[in-house]
Amino acid sequence: MKSYIMQSIRLTLVLTVLLCVIYPVIIAFGGKFSKGNGGGETVTVNGKVVGYANIGQKFDGPRYFWSRPSAVGYNAAGSAGSNKGPSNPDYLKDVNSRIDTLLKYHPYLKRSDIPADLVTASGSGLDPDLSPAAAQIQVRRIAANRKLDEKQVAQLVESHIQKPLLGLFGPATVNVLQLNIALDQLSK
Amino acid sequence: MNTELLGILASFLITLLIAIPLGKYLAKMFAGEKVWTDFLKPLEKGIYKLSGINPNAPMDWKQFLKAMMTINILWLVYGFFVLMFQDKLPLNPDGNPGQTPDLAFNTIISFVVNCNLQHYSGESGVTYFTQHFIVMFLQFTSAATGIAAAVALFKAFRDKTTQNVGNFWDFFVKSITRLLLPLSVIVALVLAFNGTPSSYAGKDQFISMQGDTVNVSRGPAAQMIAIKHLGTNGGGWFGANSAHPLENPSYFTNMVEIVSQMIIPIAMILAFGYFIRRKKLGWVICGVMTVGMLMLMIPTISSELGGSPAIAKMGVSQVTGAMEGKEVRFGPMATAYWSTLTTIVSTGSVNGMHDSTMPLTGAWQLLGMMINGFFGGCGVGILNYFVYLIIAVFISGLMVGRTPEFFGHKVEAREVKIAALITLLSPFLIMAGTALSSYLFVAHGNADWAVKPSAWLNNPGFHGFSEMLYEFTSSNANNGSGFEGLGDNNIFWNVATGFILILGRFLPIIGPVAIAGLLGQKKYVPESAGTLRIDTVTFGIMTFAVILVLNALSYFPALALGPLAEYFSMIK
Repeated sequence: MKSYIMQSIRLTLVLTVLLCVIYPVIIAFGGKFSKGNGGGETVTVNGKVVGYANIGQKFDGPRYFWSRPSAVGYNAAGSAGSNKGPSNPDYLKDVNSRIDTLLKYHPYLKRSDIPADLVTASGSGLDPDLSPAAAQIQVRRIAANRKLDEKQVAQLVESHIQKPLLGLFGPATVNVLQLNIALDQLSK
Repeated sequence: MNTELLGILASFLITLLIAIPLGKYLAKMFAGEKVWTDFLKPLEKGIYKLSGINPNAPMDWKQFLKAMMTINILWLVYGFFVLMFQDKLPLNPDGNPGQTPDLAFNTIISFVVNCNLQHYSGESGVTYFTQHFIVMFLQFTSAATGIAAAVALFKAFRDKTTQNVGNFWDFFVKSITRLLLPLSVIVALVLAFNGTPSSYAGKDQFISMQGDTVNVSRGPAAQMIAIKHLGTNGGGWFGANSAHPLENPSYFTNMVEIVSQMIIPIAMILAFGYFIRRKKLGWVICGVMTVGMLMLMIPTISSELGGSPAIAKMGVSQVTGAMEGKEVRFGPMATAYWSTLTTIVSTGSVNGMHDSTMPLTGAWQLLGMMINGFFGGCGVGILNYFVYLIIAVFISGLMVGRTPEFFGHKVEAREVKIAALITLLSPFLIMAGTALSSYLFVAHGNADWAVKPSAWLNNPGFHGFSEMLYEFTSSNANNGSGFEGLGDNNIFWNVATGFILILGRFLPIIGPVAIAGLLGQKKYVPESAGTLRIDTVTFGIMTFAVILVLNALSYFPALALGPLAEYFSMIK
């Protein structure tokens, strides 16, 4: 029994060096050669960092494509979903009021035009994407607010739809940050 | 066929393509036969030498379990103090505080037992030091502990009669050097090159396009996310786990992560068959488990794709299914696929929030963890299934009127007693825990505690009950996922689940290893025409029936009070 204790202590020390120092440092070194040098990929406009490529940010102004509702207000210091259950009456009220807000700013929409992802909070609270439909229904509002041709904005959305992986696997998405950057450039 | 369906079919196919050769490799490697990774022998020799270990010393099942428990208890004690004083240790760029004693108690247990319940949030509850030196360290070693215990069981049945179940240190170290570490290096690099941070830089700050100042938590996450999946641990770097866009940046990384968490559990089942020279047994068990998996997965996918009935009533379009708590880049199908796998293989990582899934999905998630033997966690999956096998052998023996046998070893009262106790343990821990918390919630809701019981739940009604049931089920299964709306970082939940975690881990390891050790010592009785063969499809179906009956009897009432009641209240 005593020998097990000594062996346990020594083995723990040896493995700590292998697993907690050597292994992560090797990966950190390898990661230096990735986009963003291991610190996460950032997006720059005119030499200024405006966000992280993979992290969603809050867009709720009239001139931008809105991002999804978030339980953490897109504060990337933390991350969380709403954890509201499907039958929770308070939660259902929230969803209803989000629908009302959407209809208020997009009076041309019917309820059945609104895709669920635009009125529900994401799992991380930092979802960078929208479904193509969720971006498309906002086109008319943005065209009106920016005095742009509706077709032009619709085309912009179309060109920002990211196809499924290899064209085969998973859903199509639209990255909201990329889309809004392109939108600003279009307006110039 | 749509791209979401293709995505999960491809994921499963890739899993099998990797797991099958991996299973053969593991059987050979643990048996000490020549394999291509033998070039790592000098590394292992070095580890043994520095640790004063003789990897060739035979151990009987008692010595094996003693060695295993000694090192596990050491980690418990050491980790508890490190977590409490992490604020005074280096590598804390974000200045996070030390953990409270009850949180440290819960955290250290949950990582030692391969559960990763995480009553804290990764961004603020731990430091880079503890993320690596405690959390990630234990993600390797707890998985290796489980695998080593499973190999001891294999070893007991390889030879006709044996006292020796193999050397714990040998299996344990090899699980790391020959399996977990090399695979982790590959997966971590793949993640690092696909958007997951891997450097030690602390929080970053930027000003968003709308002018908000945003802080971004980062850190060496890729390293940990690799082993969190390969070792079926599940504990995330970030609070939102694999739903977080840095922890799981794309559909591609999602496929990598979901494949990673399945390959070792499947490979271990096949390795069992190869190791004891009964290849067919591995395949039969795998078949039973796959059927079980599909029975949970298909209704899960269907209930998520169907969307929320309450939101349907509001008239919005749910063509993409239920989206609350889900990420657009994965979509509901890959999220449903993940939620089934993470609950059956005891990973407990999530790529969408389980608390917000549909009521029936919640029922399937719970059932997956209650059964806890369809593939199951690293190593412990086969141990759990072995207990079901013993019960099935015993019941079949009674039905045909013969002494039950397991590969030429008579299964007698002692072994069956152990198996029965282990089987009863899970429902006892889950039900007793849920009953206690429900009682406190109802009768002492306003007790003068730091967090009043009445403030525990994030959702009212049946769903609130499900939150408590889920927490105890997840703890007992060493799963680690949660209905995270539950306010669980307080003394009651930290302590109650801490005890359940430890009992739900070690008794179901000790039990099967003891049974295997006892059986392995017995005189070998050659198989004859009258022997009930257990590597047949018929016996596979028998085991499946035993699993269904046992779990239905144990858990139906609890499921009826939680998710089923919620379901019927929503569709009325």
